[in-house]
Amino acid sequence: MAVRDAPTTSALVVDRIEVVLGGRPIISNVSFLLGRGEFAGVIGANGAGKTTLLRTILGLERASQGTVQIHDATGSAGRPRVGYVPQKVLLDPSLPLRARDLVALGLDGHRLGLPLPSPARDRLVAEMLEAVDAQDFADERVGTLSGGQQQRILIAHALIRRPVLLVMDEPLASLDVHSAASVAALLAHLAKTQDVAILLSAHDMNPLVGVMDRIVYLANGHAAEGSVEEVLRGDVLSELYGHHVDVIRVHDRIVVVVAPGDPSATDHATLLSGGRETD
Amino acid sequence: MNRLLRILVEPGFFTNGSVHTALVVGAGAALVSGVVGVFTVMRGQSFAGHALSDVSSAGGSLSFLLRMNPLLGFLGMAALASGGMELAGVRYARGRDLATGVVLGAGLGLAALFLYLDSTFTTTTGAAITVMFGSMFAIPASTAILASLVGLVALVAVAVLYRPLLLTSVHWELAAVRGVRVGLIALLYMLVLSLAVSLSAITVGAILSTALLIGPAGTALGVARRPGSAVLLACGIALGATWLGILLAYDSGAWTPQHPWPVSFFVVALLLLSYLAIGRSPRRVPRPANGEM
Amino acid sequence: MFAGFMLGTWMVGTLAALVAGVVGVFVVLRGSAFAAHTLPLSAFPGAAAASLVGRSQILGMVLFAGVGVVGIARLPRRDDHDVGTALTLVTLLGLGALFLSLTNGYASEVYALLFGQVLGVGVRDLTVVAIMGAVAIAATAVFYRPLLLTSISSELAEAQGVSCEQMDVIFLILLALTTVMTLPIVGALLVFSLLVGPPAAARMLTKTPLHTVLLSVVLALLVTWLAIALSYLTNWPIGFFVGALGALAYGAGVAWSAWRGRSRRDVAGATRAI
Ligand SMILES: Nc1ncnc2c1ncn2[C@@H]1O[C@H](COP(=O)(O)OP(=O)(O)O)[C@@H](O)[C@H]1O
Ligand SMILES: [Mg+2]
Repeated sequence: MAVRDAPTTSALVVDRIEVVLGGRPIISNVSFLLGRGEFAGVIGANGAGKTTLLRTILGLERASQGTVQIHDATGSAGRPRVGYVPQKVLLDPSLPLRARDLVALGLDGHRLGLPLPSPARDRLVAEMLEAVDAQDFADERVGTLSGGQQQRILIAHALIRRPVLLVMDEPLASLDVHSAASVAALLAHLAKTQDVAILLSAHDMNPLVGVMDRIVYLANGHAAEGSVEEVLRGDVLSELYGHHVDVIRVHDRIVVVVAPGDPSATDHATLLSGGRETD
Repeated sequence: MNRLLRILVEPGFFTNGSVHTALVVGAGAALVSGVVGVFTVMRGQSFAGHALSDVSSAGGSLSFLLRMNPLLGFLGMAALASGGMELAGVRYARGRDLATGVVLGAGLGLAALFLYLDSTFTTTTGAAITVMFGSMFAIPASTAILASLVGLVALVAVAVLYRPLLLTSVHWELAAVRGVRVGLIALLYMLVLSLAVSLSAITVGAILSTALLIGPAGTALGVARRPGSAVLLACGIALGATWLGILLAYDSGAWTPQHPWPVSFFVVALLLLSYLAIGRSPRRVPRPANGEM
Repeated sequence: MFAGFMLGTWMVGTLAALVAGVVGVFVVLRGSAFAAHTLPLSAFPGAAAASLVGRSQILGMVLFAGVGVVGIARLPRRDDHDVGTALTLVTLLGLGALFLSLTNGYASEVYALLFGQVLGVGVRDLTVVAIMGAVAIAATAVFYRPLLLTSISSELAEAQGVSCEQMDVIFLILLALTTVMTLPIVGALLVFSLLVGPPAAARMLTKTPLHTVLLSVVLALLVTWLAIALSYLTNWPIGFFVGALGALAYGAGVAWSAWRGRSRRDVAGATRAI
C-alpha cells in the first residue's frame, strides 16, 4: 500500500514499517499518514499488533524496516512532543492526589525541584480540565473516580504539554458502552479544537465508527488504511485477511464476519462485533 | 577416612546433647520453613512473613518474664498477630503492606518493653540477643519434643490444604470462582505461617527467621518448574544450610574458643550463597513499559 | 528533662523526625514499607562493627546502609523487590549477629542499638546529623515531582520519560540517610514506625501530596517529642513509645477517615435520592 502524497501538514508519517519481536515479524509493510486535527483508530483483534504499532511510533520499539516521522507544525528543531496514555493505568484510591494534581504533573512531572505556586500553570490546568469536561470532579481524589472519569483526566494529563500527536492504547477497553461513546466523541472534538493528531487503538471499533476520520485496520500482520468507508468493505478486508469476509451492518453496529473454518477467524468475528455483552 | 572426619567435625559433635537438640529443632524449622516459604514467596508475602517473626519476638521476650517455654511465647504472639493482620486485610497490596507495617511497629515496641522488663525484674541476661538472634546450643532438650510436634502439625496442615492453597496463591479470583473459601484459606495459611516462623525464631532468632522462610523458597522458585519440586528443593536447601551451619558454628568454637561464631550467621551466609549460586532468575524477559505482553 | 545533657537528644530527635516525616510520605505512597524496615536493620551491624573496631558509629551505619541500598536494588529478583529485600535484610543482620558475638556485645549496648535510647546522644554528632538532614530535605525537594510521578503509576512515569529504576535508587538513598539520622535515638527496629505511622495517617486525612507532607511532619514531630519525654519520665525504652504512638496515629487516621467517609456517603446518598 503506497503512502498518500505526504502533505506538509502531516503530524505523523508511518512509511512501510516492519517490526520483528522474538524473531517473528509482528507487523510488516504498514504505512499511513495522520494530519493535525485528525482522529484515527488502529483497529484489530487481540494480538493483531496494535500495541506493537503504537510502541514503534512512540520509539519504544525499533522498526526493522521503514520509518516513522513526527512533524512539528512550525518545523522547529528538536523532538516534537508526543503525548501517551498507556493501556492499563491503575490508580490507587488511597493516593492523596486530586485529579487536578495529576493533570499538573503531566505538564512538569519530569522536572526537578518543588512545584512552586504558579498562576500560569493553574490556568493551563483549568483550561485542560474544561477541555475534557472534568471540572466537576477535578478536586476529588483521582483514584476514586470512575473509569471514564479517570480516562478524561489521563487525556488531560497527556494533552497539557500541547503535543502534536496523542497516542492512546485501548482507552475504551474497560469502559461501558455509554462512557466509551462519550470519551470517543470527546477525543474527536479535542483533535479539532486542540489541533492535535490523535491515534488510539481499539479491539471494538463500534464506539469509534461515527467519529474517526481515518482507520488503520490490522490483521494478518498487515494493515488496510483509509477513511471508514474506504476500509470497511468486504473486498478490501477480504484481501487483507487473505480469504472471504463480509462486512455486515446490523442496526448501527458493524460486524466483520470471517468465513467459517478459519480458526483465527471466529475469534476476530466475535471480537470485532464485540461490545454486545456489555450492552 | 576417620582422620578426615575429625578435621571436618570437631570431637564431641555427635555425642553432645545440646548439639542433638539443635540438630532436631533445626531440622524441624528448616523443613517447615522450606514448605511454607514456597507459598509465602508465591503469594508475595515475604514482608508479612518477616513481620510475623519480628512481632513474635514480643512473645519470646514475654516468655522470659513469665518463665515459660520460649517456643510457646513465640507461638502465641505470632498466632495473635497473624490473625490480626489477616482480619485487618486490606484490598490493595500497598495498603496491606502498610497495615502489616503498623502492626509490626507496635509489636516491636512491645518487644522492647518486655525485654526492658526482663532485665529489670528477672536475672535473665542477654535475653535481647537470645530472642533476636537465637542461641541454638542453649535450647533445652524438652523443647525438642514440643518443636517436633509443632512441626508435624504444620506439615500435616499444609498437606491437607495443599491444592486450595496453591490455587489461591496463583490467583485468588480464580480460586474464588472455583468455590474455594479464599478468606478461610488465607487465615489458615497465616496460622501455619506463624507455626513456621516460631520454629525458626527459636532456631536462628526472631529477626533472622525470615532467612529460613524466604531464602530457600526464593532460590527454589527461581529454578523449579513445578510447585512440588520447588517445595522439595526448598526443604533440601533449608535443611542443608541449617545442619551445615550448626556444624560450622560448633567447629568455630575450636578455632576461636573465646568467641564461638553464632549459628545464625553461618545459616544466613549459606542461604545467601545458595541463592546467588542457583537462584538467579533464569531469563529476564524485558517487559514493555505498559505492562502488556 | 530539658537539662543540658538532654540537649543533643532533643535536637537530633527533632531533626530526625522532620526528615522521617518527609521521606516517610514516599515510603507510604510507593508502598515500600519493607524497604523502610530493612534499611535501618541493615545499618545496625554497621554500628556494631564500628564499636568492634573503635570507629565512629555514623560511618559504620552509612557504609552498611549503603550495602543495604545496593542489595535491595540489585539482588537478582523475580517479580518485585520482596525476596531480594528479605535476603538483604537477613544477610546484614547475620553479619550483625557475628559482630555482636565478637565484641562480647554488652547486652545493654545491643539493646540500645535495636530499641533506642534517649540518654547519651552527643551534641558532637549534631553537625553531621544536621548536614545529613539538610541533604535529605534538599534532595527530596529536587526530586519531588519525578518521585511523586513514579509513586503514582510507573506506566505514566515511563510514558513521560521518567526512569522508574533511577527514582527507585534515589528513594532508597534518601531512606538510608533518614535511617542513619534516626537510628541512634529510636533504635534500628523502630525507625520504621516513625517512617510509616505518621505519613500513613497523614495520607488518609489529606487530599494533595504537599498537605500530606506537612501533616506527616507535624505528626512525626509529635510522636518523637512525646516519646522522648515519656521515655525520660518512665525510664521505659523509647522504642516502645515510638511504636505505640506510631500505631496510635495510624489508628486515629483510620477511624477519622472512616467516620468522615460515612458522613460523606450519607450526603452523597441523600443527593442521589433527590
Ligand atoms: N516482546 C515481545 N516478544 C515477542 N512477541 C511479542 C512481544 N510483544 C508482543 N508480542 C507478540 O506480538 C503480537 C502482537 O501483540 P500486541 O501488539 O500486543 O497486540 P494487540 O495490542 O493488538 O493485542 C502478539 O502475538 C504477541 O504475542
Ligand atoms: Mg494491546
